[in-house]
Amino acid sequence: MAGLAAIFGSGAMTNSIREIEGMEIIFIIGSNTKETHPVIANCMIKAYRKGAKIIVADPRRVPMVKFAEVFLKLRPGTDIALLNGMAHVIVKEGLQNDEFIREKTEGFDAWKSSLEEFTPAKTEQITGIPKADIIKAAKMYGRSRKAGVFYTMGITQHTCGTDNVRTIANLATLTGNIGREFTGVNPLRGQNNVQGASDAACLPNVFPGYQKVDLPEVRRKFEQAWGVPLPPKRGLYATEMMTAAVDGSLKALYIMGENPVITDPNQHHTIKALENLEFLVVQDIFMTETACHAHVVLPAACSFEKEGTFSNTERRVQRVRRAVSPPGDARDDLSIIMDLSRAMGYPMDYRSPEQVLEEFGRLWPALAGITYDRIKSRGIAWPCPSKEHPGTEFLYKDGFAKKIPFMPIAFNPPAEGVCENYPFVLTTGRNLFQYHSGSMSRRVEAIEKHAGEAYIELNPADGEKIGIANGDMVRVRSRRGDVTIRARFTRRISAGTVFIPMHYREAAANVLTNDALDPDVMIPEFKVCAVDILPMEKMAAEKPRPA
Amino acid sequence: MVSLTINNKKVSVPEDSTILEAANRNGIKVPTLCHHPQLTPFGGCRLCVVSVKGMPKPVASCTTTVSEGMEVATSTPEIENFRKLVLELILSDHPNDCMTCEATGSCALQELAYAYGVKGQEYAGERRVYAKRDGNPFIERDMEKCILCGRCVKVCDEVQGVEAIDFTYRGFRSKICPSYEDDLDCEFCGQCVSVCPTGALTGKQWARKGRYEGVREVDTTCPYCGTGCTLTAHVKGNEIVRVSSKPWSPNEGWLCVKGRFGYKFVNSPDRLTKPLIRRASGEFEETSWTAALEYTAAWFKKIREQHGADAIGGLSSARCTNEENYLFQKFIRAGVGTNNVDHCARL
Ligand code: SF4
Ligand code: SF4
Ligand code: SF4
Ligand code: FES
Repeated sequence: MAGLAAIFGSGAMTNSIREIEGMEIIFIIGSNTKETHPVIANCMIKAYRKGAKIIVADPRRVPMVKFAEVFLKLRPGTDIALLNGMAHVIVKEGLQNDEFIREKTEGFDAWKSSLEEFTPAKTEQITGIPKADIIKAAKMYGRSRKAGVFYTMGITQHTCGTDNVRTIANLATLTGNIGREFTGVNPLRGQNNVQGASDAACLPNVFPGYQKVDLPEVRRKFEQAWGVPLPPKRGLYATEMMTAAVDGSLKALYIMGENPVITDPNQHHTIKALENLEFLVVQDIFMTETACHAHVVLPAACSFEKEGTFSNTERRVQRVRRAVSPPGDARDDLSIIMDLSRAMGYPMDYRSPEQVLEEFGRLWPALAGITYDRIKSRGIAWPCPSKEHPGTEFLYKDGFAKKIPFMPIAFNPPAEGVCENYPFVLTTGRNLFQYHSGSMSRRVEAIEKHAGEAYIELNPADGEKIGIANGDMVRVRSRRGDVTIRARFTRRISAGTVFIPMHYREAAANVLTNDALDPDVMIPEFKVCAVDILPMEKMAAEKPRPA
Repeated sequence: MVSLTINNKKVSVPEDSTILEAANRNGIKVPTLCHHPQLTPFGGCRLCVVSVKGMPKPVASCTTTVSEGMEVATSTPEIENFRKLVLELILSDHPNDCMTCEATGSCALQELAYAYGVKGQEYAGERRVYAKRDGNPFIERDMEKCILCGRCVKVCDEVQGVEAIDFTYRGFRSKICPSYEDDLDCEFCGQCVSVCPTGALTGKQWARKGRYEGVREVDTTCPYCGTGCTLTAHVKGNEIVRVSSKPWSPNEGWLCVKGRFGYKFVNSPDRLTKPLIRRASGEFEETSWTAALEYTAAWFKKIREQHGADAIGGLSSARCTNEENYLFQKFIRAGVGTNNVDHCARL
């Protein structure tokens, strides 16, 4: 979420979930909220029942469309054009927030001229959305001063992901829809504690609390706190680590609770990387696809078996409590790390997880006021700088650290376009029932019974063209690999676009996807890649399978 | 504000309150069955009737709004008799198998029958018999126990926005079901289960795992998506037997299928229970913690000596806690000596 941090100061949701209820306009772009954040969708439905208007922009007719006033069914990877096009209309109609622009922003004029070309007609041509709908959505958002934008992976997982986020920020800045209650820019975090893992600085360029590793005064503070000299250069991003493992410069990897074989793009590359390591240690609750490649596997406790905190997508730090004890010799990650660190000659002794949070809070003022006692029954959202502070529901109440820059963003088509050999655009994502790599949800019998099989969604018209029936097995092939998978016809997806959920290891979507990276934040392009779909017989004739 | 008297007590409440809300606000309890404070009023069960001075008949307190000077009595012999009659009628067509019912101990109907001393034998007659069971893997729907309160229908529509179920048929044959009486095929959020006042809707996974006797409740945070719903694990022995959520939690008691029914991975037989080391043969072998950690530390030290700390990396997890993530990066930075640490936030 680096894009957002560079613009407003923080990369987190600027509103709280509670505020959704009070919004007039809810603009959902690139988020299948009802399936990936179902209870947030409940809040949106509550707002809808109180009169809020909902705009949904998505290549698929996702379930929230049922509640939408306008549905913008855009071609995958054309979000920038849509957002620029909406900004164009807002400016043409004079709906911008002039006072906000004058006082809080810079670069408006240059940016405004960059919008010239994004006329409704041109935007329609790029995105495939009828002009009238673009204009209608733009006016709805532009007129409101209580409008929230919501987005997830749909927006960030493109080679132009950072630019996508910037165009969203531009739209919010143009209308001043940020920094107040009920209005803001809200990236919905996919996993339970992505926010916390980022805050805690499991990131190569910052210390806890987003304090840059290459700033000497910051480094000195952490060296003092931790009692050792610390490396001054930023480290490798996850995707770079895989490449470094392949080229041999990275020799050992310690993976805690992650399953990159399933969740990283380009699975073959990931496996090659892991296989090439001299030493791999994986700490997890299951023998995951990644753990299979390890030299040492450490059995960990799951979240129902330990004490601690998670920070949800609205920055609320909430308690995790031990309900049962871990199986066999499995142990909580905290004690494993402490023992390992001691064996490495750097003892870290904490009597309780709470002590760890206290240290974190001493080094990052945003958490300083949060104690286990205060969050006994209800979490507190950071920043919470003191024990008396109630926490912060919406960000930037007191303004912004610096002027918000308007940034002209050009539209570039996705890195991998369709061609004769790969005529379909593949998008990937989640479904309601499974979760991420499936290592937890696929071990729940009821879920597996109901949603245990991988599938590819495609429009019936495309199915007919390929010559298959609903429910047939097909071979899906990209420049990187191929998978066999069941076809599921649905009109919720447009002809030319197909969708595979990411959860199924037996037909891992990431065998197909593209690891081209967004240059700014190293997010691989999961959302768009070109594929071909073949009926099983045809595939067999073309490429005889070894006996 | 509007002033009125309830059971001769002077109270004052916001204008559009119902009599039921006015009573509850002032600590006066009125029995209800179909009413749910998070749903729009239905007024179907008539259990909440009260008498209002000047009105010819008792009124349903959950659907009647207060007015200035109103005089309400929530419990008169006439009203209590009427409530008893209502309960008699409901129970006359109820399986009465509280012995084996999942809801025993948390059933509103059972509690009321107990409080009013009603057994349901007075009017025993024809029973609804529904042999067909719903084949979905999540929710047990025992419609013989359904009292047609409509809460499930309302929550599915008003909160979940799905409208998967509705009333069908009329009179005695009236029943709640998905269209065409098909098996339920919906989002399986289980909101309907959570608001059902009886044992008509329960979790299939709960069956015979433990009701309320010997069950502890532990509040924690859902391990799945970033919404971070507060949920309550019901634990018996060392097993989670059920998950629910409290209406006063930030998520107002609502969960999705993963939060409500996705807890079974915890005691999956696939869980790792012993540290493993790969032997030269390529096979994993069980080992002790000391051996596994010393072996790991020795490898890290060796690689650090030969190639420098930057030849080592750490990938941590959005599934681990803040404390674990903090300590993990501290270990990589201060213990190993490299900034090669990341997690999957962008993935
Ligand atoms: S589980 Fe949820 S979606 Fe399904 S019927 Fe119940 S309330 Fe409706
Ligand atoms: S199933 Fe339960 S909630 Fe639904 S109408 Fe019957 S008793 Fe009420
Ligand atoms: S219950 Fe569902 S919506 Fe709530 S945190 Fe869990 S997965 Fe997310
Ligand atoms: S609770 Fe009022 S009619 Fe049922």
